[in-house]
Amino acid sequence: MSVPLLSIQGLTKAYPGVVANDHVSFDIQEGEVHALLGENGAGKSTLVKMIYGLVKPDSGRMLLRGEPFAPAQPRAARADGIAMVFQHFSLFEALSVAENIALGMEDPPPMRDLATRIREVSETYGLPLDPFRVVGDLSAGERQRVEIIRCLLQQPQLLIMDEPTSVLTPQEVKILFETLRRLRGEGRSILYISHKLEEIRALCDHATILRQGRNVGECTPSETTAREMAEMMVGGILQTPRRAGREFGAVALDVTGLSVPSPSAFGTALKNVHFAVRRGEVLGIGGVAGNGQDELLAVLSGEIPADADAVRLNDVPVGHLGPVARRRLGLLAAPEERLGHAAAPDMTLTENALLTGSVREKLERNGFIRWEAARAFAERIIAAFDVRTPGPDNAARSLSGGNLQKFVIGREVLQDPVVLVVNQPTWGVDAAAAAAIRQALLDLAAQGTAVVCISQDLDELMEISDRFAALNEGRLSAPRPTAELSVEEIGLMMGGAHGMEVAHV
Amino acid sequence: MIALEKRPQPSRAWAMATPVAAVLATMIAGGVLFVALGKDPLAAIETIFWEPLFGEFSFYYRPQLLVKGAPLVLIAIGLSLGFRAGIWNIGAEGQYIMGAITGAGVALAFYPMEAWYIFPLMVIAGALGGWIWAMIPAVLRVKFGTNEILVSLMLVYVAEQLLASMSLGLLKNPEGYGFPGSRNLQQYPSAYNADLIEGSGMHWGVVAALIAVIFAYVLLNRHMLGFHIRLTGEAPKAARFAGVRPARLVLFCLGTSGALAGLAGLFEVSGPSGQISIDFNAGYGFTAIIVAFLGRLHPVGILLAGLLMALTYIGGDIAQSQMGLPAAAIQVFQGMLLFFLLAFDILTNFRIRFGKAEVA
Repeated sequence: MSVPLLSIQGLTKAYPGVVANDHVSFDIQEGEVHALLGENGAGKSTLVKMIYGLVKPDSGRMLLRGEPFAPAQPRAARADGIAMVFQHFSLFEALSVAENIALGMEDPPPMRDLATRIREVSETYGLPLDPFRVVGDLSAGERQRVEIIRCLLQQPQLLIMDEPTSVLTPQEVKILFETLRRLRGEGRSILYISHKLEEIRALCDHATILRQGRNVGECTPSETTAREMAEMMVGGILQTPRRAGREFGAVALDVTGLSVPSPSAFGTALKNVHFAVRRGEVLGIGGVAGNGQDELLAVLSGEIPADADAVRLNDVPVGHLGPVARRRLGLLAAPEERLGHAAAPDMTLTENALLTGSVREKLERNGFIRWEAARAFAERIIAAFDVRTPGPDNAARSLSGGNLQKFVIGREVLQDPVVLVVNQPTWGVDAAAAAAIRQALLDLAAQGTAVVCISQDLDELMEISDRFAALNEGRLSAPRPTAELSVEEIGLMMGGAHGMEVAHV
Repeated sequence: MIALEKRPQPSRAWAMATPVAAVLATMIAGGVLFVALGKDPLAAIETIFWEPLFGEFSFYYRPQLLVKGAPLVLIAIGLSLGFRAGIWNIGAEGQYIMGAITGAGVALAFYPMEAWYIFPLMVIAGALGGWIWAMIPAVLRVKFGTNEILVSLMLVYVAEQLLASMSLGLLKNPEGYGFPGSRNLQQYPSAYNADLIEGSGMHWGVVAALIAVIFAYVLLNRHMLGFHIRLTGEAPKAARFAGVRPARLVLFCLGTSGALAGLAGLFEVSGPSGQISIDFNAGYGFTAIIVAFLGRLHPVGILLAGLLMALTYIGGDIAQSQMGLPAAAIQVFQGMLLFFLLAFDILTNFRIRFGKAEVA
């Protein structure tokens, strides 16, 4: 066998209290798309950060084409032909594409030459992009292209991609895969990090599976079923959420002609949104990030006021009410951002339980806080949702993402809502916690709550929702029963490829 | 290499220890400063910290501690509510002046009538004066999104001009032989905020400061409004989600801090100072910002910090007169206290890690 492009040998990295990577070894061959698969917290990010020179390993070594390789910083890694596209983009919205790319370069050429090179690269790889457009106006898929082109301009040998499809529509994913295959055809290697199994099966030549920091298996994805890979990833049998046969009741939440201007310069305005959810029903709302999801949640939770009649709860107009009044009536919400929006990072779990529970759980009397009751409520959430924490006096930020998310969802579920609106309920959560959260939402619906689940994870929406609608640039498509939808139709509901096409070169 | 590493949760031990560490570091750095000025550092520090409490003339200085500490605590308590919520009232000095002017104005309007209700009316007027002055930045921020830091700070200078105008014009003592300044309220029994126990320094302002400490403690620890104040400071988005209305909070926090600063001004003008004069304000409103942070924005902490700050004021005065230390050196000394506090503060949320061996 030829010398691998990058050979990772026994890399170990420990942080206080946790071993992020424990003697991880694998090889990436030239011209290979190599998948790195694992749950959140399995150590994928730490591993690629070591390859990219952001983190130094405690022990172990890496060989690049047989030569020892120990990048002290990302610049050194880039010099050796390694480039990385991060999950979260680091782009300035007010600057143009070319300006953003120039900012990331050590020695940027004059703007005109750079623009020409951006055009060349974007045409070669089927990623059309106008270098002079302002990033703030681009869709998430187009922003990702900016990041990819920024990397490709360095002519990398190894391109690392961290969860690249989480912000893309199915059509955009297809375009991305074309590009990645083209890169592979040129002999470049790609390290592809994901937990989406079908994508890995479609794209990758080889997969390394991490669990709790260890390399627990390798496979050829095209010859392995998604279920087998999932079970390697989780290390056990995966529970699929069960849906009990449900009867839908009266309309609980009725949204009619809801239009709200964008709350900030780079937000999204909601335009004439209509939908109704009945008791016992789960409505799934899909769409690519930044198409109005946050705004829709804020309008439903009461953070952004609307016309009184635009939002009706059990036929009572509530659009003009604030969050507290809506909670009193039974309209509860759990926003996407766990730390800072759904929960206050430095406050204890007891205080965070009080944050939304004060009204319905009667945690205050005449404005005075009943701390014992708040603590008991926090303990009830911790017990009912299996939140792993030493106790309710710990700060929210000391919990892992999955545990905090269970706490945040549990806090609303236990308040016996009439309508529960959740945004990205399992974002960045490990598979076991995600399954528990989805099951909790389904159980809640079975008890007669109307659930609105806003998510970018289509698999999740297919799994739990009865009807599906998509948000696209602030407009909501007409909801349709999930059972009769195909992936292509969903993609089109989400806005297709957002004006992007595969360049047919 | 030294690196800072974020703690999984804030260290309680360090949160308590930072003020102590800051005071010690200030003593050391201040000592170096005094050496550079050619003074004996130990003697200087002893003069500042020991002399007022246990020295030969402590019978005089101890009441002064209350007199100087009370306005600092009263103002700092009000400021701390806003600071906790990320609402920055930097203009307490102006609100202090306005409280003094309106309070003294009421007293002088009644002069020379004697009645029991004059002092309570002055108290209300003083609080109202400070409140109104603080509502200017509050309303501007709520209505037009202006920056309350700039507006409240600039209003200090407006208040100072108004103070000068009052002492030269409207409130000037008609029997004062043309000197600037109002009548002395100490000679007007119905308006005089005298020591409650003769010679103790314990006037109504001290009582008000203690009440404010208790009020703030209960508010922050037991009441939803206090919870919302803390929540807004820690996570503004979470606060909105919880149902906090930011505009109301801005009005409440600025209003309360203004009213308390106004009260401090009223108690000062009707007591220790006695009259409205051009140089009536002594910087309490600004020093209270240091006191608020030195006390960790915690009511009990502020009480202790206010007394400590008063101590450095009194001790600083003694050091100036006895050892010939320049006034600026004392101010630098006080500034160091805030500087070190903020520097040590980082240890509450971060731990220091010293670099270890590189990987082979």
